[in-house]
Amino acid sequence: MLGARDLHLAGRLSGVSAALEPGQITAICGPNGAGKSSLLSCLAALLVPDAGVVELDGAPLAAMPPRLRAQKIGYLPQQGEVAWDVAVRSLVALGRLPHGDDGAEAIERALNALDLQALADRPVSRLSGGEKARALLARVLAGEPAWILADEPLAALDLAHQLKLLAHLRHAAEGGAGVVLVLHDLALAMNHADRVLVLDNGAVAADGAPEEALSAEVIQRVWGVSAQWLGQRGAQALVARDCSPSSNCD
Amino acid sequence: MTRPIPLLLLLLAIAFPLSLLAGRVWLDFSATPNAMVILAELRLPRSVLALVIGAGLGASGAAMQGYLRNPLADPGLFGIAPGAALGAVASFWFGYAASAWLLPLFALAGAAGAMALLALIAGRTASGTQGIALFTLGGMMLASLAGALTSLMISLAPNAFAMSEIVTWLMGALTDRGWSEVWLAAPLTLAGIACLLVAGKGLDALTLGEAAARSLGVRPGVLQIWLVAGVGLTVGSGVAVAGIIGFVGLVVPHLVRPLTDRRPSQLILPSAMAGALLVLVADSVCRILPLVTELRLGIALSLIGAPFFLHLLLRMRQGAM
Repeated sequence: MLGARDLHLAGRLSGVSAALEPGQITAICGPNGAGKSSLLSCLAALLVPDAGVVELDGAPLAAMPPRLRAQKIGYLPQQGEVAWDVAVRSLVALGRLPHGDDGAEAIERALNALDLQALADRPVSRLSGGEKARALLARVLAGEPAWILADEPLAALDLAHQLKLLAHLRHAAEGGAGVVLVLHDLALAMNHADRVLVLDNGAVAADGAPEEALSAEVIQRVWGVSAQWLGQRGAQALVARDCSPSSNCD
Repeated sequence: MTRPIPLLLLLLAIAFPLSLLAGRVWLDFSATPNAMVILAELRLPRSVLALVIGAGLGASGAAMQGYLRNPLADPGLFGIAPGAALGAVASFWFGYAASAWLLPLFALAGAAGAMALLALIAGRTASGTQGIALFTLGGMMLASLAGALTSLMISLAPNAFAMSEIVTWLMGALTDRGWSEVWLAAPLTLAGIACLLVAGKGLDALTLGEAAARSLGVRPGVLQIWLVAGVGLTVGSGVAVAGIIGFVGLVVPHLVRPLTDRRPSQLILPSAMAGALLVLVADSVCRILPLVTELRLGIALSLIGAPFFLHLLLRMRQGAM
């Protein structure tokens, strides 16, 4: 279990607590500036909170040696930066760095899982946006972490690639990994997450199953938008009606 | 073993013996008087020193570009070379003529001072999201400060002879260098390259950006220390025995990168070998050019380097990199 207890971070988080379960996809949602990325960075031990602790299986994450932590938690940043024009296989192999081995089998598994075998020797500069996103996720999977934390992994992708990447993340969750995603698109969170954590102004505004945490009432309260869910469970669409003058949707 | 290493070994195996024969006098063992003395006491140490200095500059350039994730980075950015130059110039003030060892020792002290300041800066910038940018800015401030102090010392030089000595020395050359310089620079450079090789995996992780590198278990402060030690030892010892030699650290990684898989860790050793080759060849060319006085190596390399740098900028503008 990956848990946050009473996290405080000046101007970004105020008293966030959450206990995340493995084998699930948890979505972190909220308006701009709500503290989503800050929470994810704290969960990945990339940001040190001013107060509060993050625990992995009961042990404080901050006290864990960085390499051991990196073996257990894979982090996919929002910016898909790849500074050098390396081949896909070399990029994916970077995921093995915390293990200090060449991990050939894990790399092959990650390449296979994301249908990258045919592109394995292609330089990153010659990949499409969707292919690059898959390669970057394969880098995380190659480390075979118990937790996959991804900041807006679907933001730059078209619909088909979003669904493909989500299917891969679902597969990882079914394999026992805990998947935590910062998502902007509430419909994706509603349809694909097992649990949604809604942040507002650095605090937890709702936490639970998607139907509860992203109810019309919560959306009204947090986003200030009158909205309605249409469609059936697992394939719902969000229709926004209007925006109240006091809301943050101006 | 990466692909370019056998090729570079072959080129070095060809260039090294040729460099021993090349010079104002082409060595002909059957005809040249004192050929063995010229070889053992003049040509051999000079060629070995060229290899050592070139290797250090090439390796540190590759590591710096990996660290800054920027193909335009150069080992001089951190302020270690200007720090070493400042130390060397200070030795002129303290009567360097008294001992052949005073100048390199002062230069090493200057490099060590710059390294210590960088380590202090590293300790304060390692954590945080903009660590690399802050650290580099700190290094550039050091370079600027050392450069200004060097200029001040030159302008206040006690006499015209000292000033001329300082300025000539700063240009960088391997003229009249012997085994004592080799014994000083070689162990330090080898130790420095070893430090850079240790930093290699961390540099690979930085390919994905600072946050991803930290999530892969890289400790930024530790990486900075290996890098400062590696660049400090290679560049500091190079400046101590030969003055400032520019552009090798910038140009060589570019030439070598397309021959590797482009991961920074795979670039360090080939860049060391290619740097050694470039300085060896450039120094040999300086020796055989029919000029009244020998062309300074630092000038020659900058003459090659500046047009190359321009070419690079233009290619980057066209999005070819």
